[in-house]
Amino acid sequence: MDLFEYQARDLFAKHGVPVLAGEVIDTPEAAREATERLGGKSVVKAQVKVGGRGKAGGVKLAADPDEAVARATDILGMDIKGHTVHKVMIAELSPEIEAEYYVSYLLDRTNRTFLAMASVQGGMDIEEVAEKTPEALAKVPVNAVEGVDIEKAREIVAQAKFPADVAEKVAEAMVTLWDTFVAEDALLVEVNPLVKTKDGRILALDGKVSLDANADFRQPEHEALEDKDAANPLEAAAKAKGLNYVKLDGEVGIIGNGAGLVMSTLDVVAYAGENHGGVKPANFLDIGGGASAEVMANGLEIILGDTDVKSVFVNVFGGITACDEVANGIVQALELLASKGEKVEKPLVVRLDGNNAELGRKILSDANHPLVQRVDTMDGAADKAAELAAAK
Amino acid sequence: MAIFLNKDSKVIVQGMTGATGMKHTKLMLGDGTNIVGGVNPRKAGTSVDFDGTEVPVFGTVKEAMEKTGANVSVLFVPPAFSKAAVVEAIDAEIPLAVVITEGIAVHDSAAFWAYAKAKGNKTRIIGPNCPGLITPGQSNAGIIPGDITKPGRIGLVSKSGTLTYQMMYELRDIGFSSAVGIGGDPVIGTTHIDALEAFEADPDTDLIVMIGEIGGDAEERAADFIKANVTKPVVGYVAGFTAPEGKTMGHAGAIVSGSSGTAAAKKEALEAAGVKVGKTPTETAKLAREILAG
Repeated sequence: MDLFEYQARDLFAKHGVPVLAGEVIDTPEAAREATERLGGKSVVKAQVKVGGRGKAGGVKLAADPDEAVARATDILGMDIKGHTVHKVMIAELSPEIEAEYYVSYLLDRTNRTFLAMASVQGGMDIEEVAEKTPEALAKVPVNAVEGVDIEKAREIVAQAKFPADVAEKVAEAMVTLWDTFVAEDALLVEVNPLVKTKDGRILALDGKVSLDANADFRQPEHEALEDKDAANPLEAAAKAKGLNYVKLDGEVGIIGNGAGLVMSTLDVVAYAGENHGGVKPANFLDIGGGASAEVMANGLEIILGDTDVKSVFVNVFGGITACDEVANGIVQALELLASKGEKVEKPLVVRLDGNNAELGRKILSDANHPLVQRVDTMDGAADKAAELAAAK
Repeated sequence: MAIFLNKDSKVIVQGMTGATGMKHTKLMLGDGTNIVGGVNPRKAGTSVDFDGTEVPVFGTVKEAMEKTGANVSVLFVPPAFSKAAVVEAIDAEIPLAVVITEGIAVHDSAAFWAYAKAKGNKTRIIGPNCPGLITPGQSNAGIIPGDITKPGRIGLVSKSGTLTYQMMYELRDIGFSSAVGIGGDPVIGTTHIDALEAFEADPDTDLIVMIGEIGGDAEERAADFIKANVTKPVVGYVAGFTAPEGKTMGHAGAIVSGSSGTAAAKKEALEAAGVKVGKTPTETAKLAREILAG
């Protein structure tokens, strides 16, 4: 989960990373009091999870509380690269800046370790720095067991060639940033820019944090950081039912078991769609290994509730789960939806293979549901589902 | 022969007495796996009856190894306790630990990987978030259905569980030497490269099928490895061509970030290394068949 800047700021503050004061608001009028609390001047910053908001006019100075209200009025509701601004942060004005740096910790998947990155060329897009002047970006592996103490932080700072007058302060900030990374189970903590002010301070002026959802069991506070406004309503409904669902922009609803098989199903449907007017998969939905009638019903309910969906492809490989159980699940799911008064009008193409496939197919044939068609190969079933979606 | 697991493997199950552990221990025994014990400190000294097979429960991995000569551990431990369980397996220096558990926090998997490395990698870790591995007709360490296929001469390595099953099913008449599910998490123990290296050295494997998916650069690095080190034919499949950027597709590691980790880049890298890459699982199986038929 990627956080907003203000959420990152709050987590930085919690773990001792030096930041400026700031608070988030969602109405222009609230900008007045927030600015008064900061002594009458502020920076109004759009909160969007996309880069380049400064250039888009999403960051403005306000010399007094009235101006803060005016700027917040401008910025709230603004569209920045397809992201609507629902919140702004009213931040303390930064003291005059002498230099901008970059620091981050992230997971290095390739080397299966954590990585510290630091550069004295901050403020701009770090991918640009990495590309144009790779020598200006220090990359220092961090052992997940040993972590970052002040000694390690000094090593990172030295490799990035920070000037002597700020080195120790940056190293101290690097330790607190590491504390944030570990304590919050983050996948990324990034400060850009980390600034040196004329009065000699080191401050994190902007930051990005991405959190690991797998750590939610020990991070009860993270749930509150979720951006519930932005979630697609279908995705939110699926999440509430414990389903692994991602909304896409096509017409063929997909249900399958296992992440890899479902990803593959999306691809196969997209290929098939090339022969049927360019129809595409409408979603990713992995119902997992069990595929009970209830889970199947929950999945079907979400997918049939998607108005973009014209046909549904249920693609199940019976591994440990037997296909007869899955077939019963589909039949019962359709009955369950009918008994709840849900109108099932979209055609379903079902492909069952693997453990007890013959038995499962027979159950579907015997049930003889008018909307259910059996196709026994994955490629063939994808083609049928695409054809049905295109015909609608 | 086969890789990593054979009929002589002595397997223990960490988390055997939980519901998932019980279910799969029974299935593994049914596939002929030599399961010599379970581990649960709270139930040490007891035993569990699986249809007439008494499996003793030990307090620690170390004790289980001392008493039974176990050399493989399969872990069905809940995510919150997985790090401690893997660290215990590493401390006991068991040669192979197969971590089935899904949903382990990255800080935990990065920590046990760093720990394994610091201890000299005496324990091969497979997973986490994987279906385990099977050497058909000999032994099954994990949750791969044992009855999909038979012993044969294809080696399979895959990030995905169900695609492993699908591919074993497509090629069930030919059979497999070993099939290894390495898992779809961002940090995993055994990689495509490790399995490719082992299959290359395995006299019982004639052809290797490699299944990848979006996220990371493991497939690209595997392609480099194949180019330099693998003489046996390799057939590949990559899932996730239609996955949008920035969305996690089921597996924690399956995410395209910017231009990195795309299926197209992986396919291109594999093809540049001489790997035939199928467009669908069925087409991939067909490519494997054609190569084996000469």
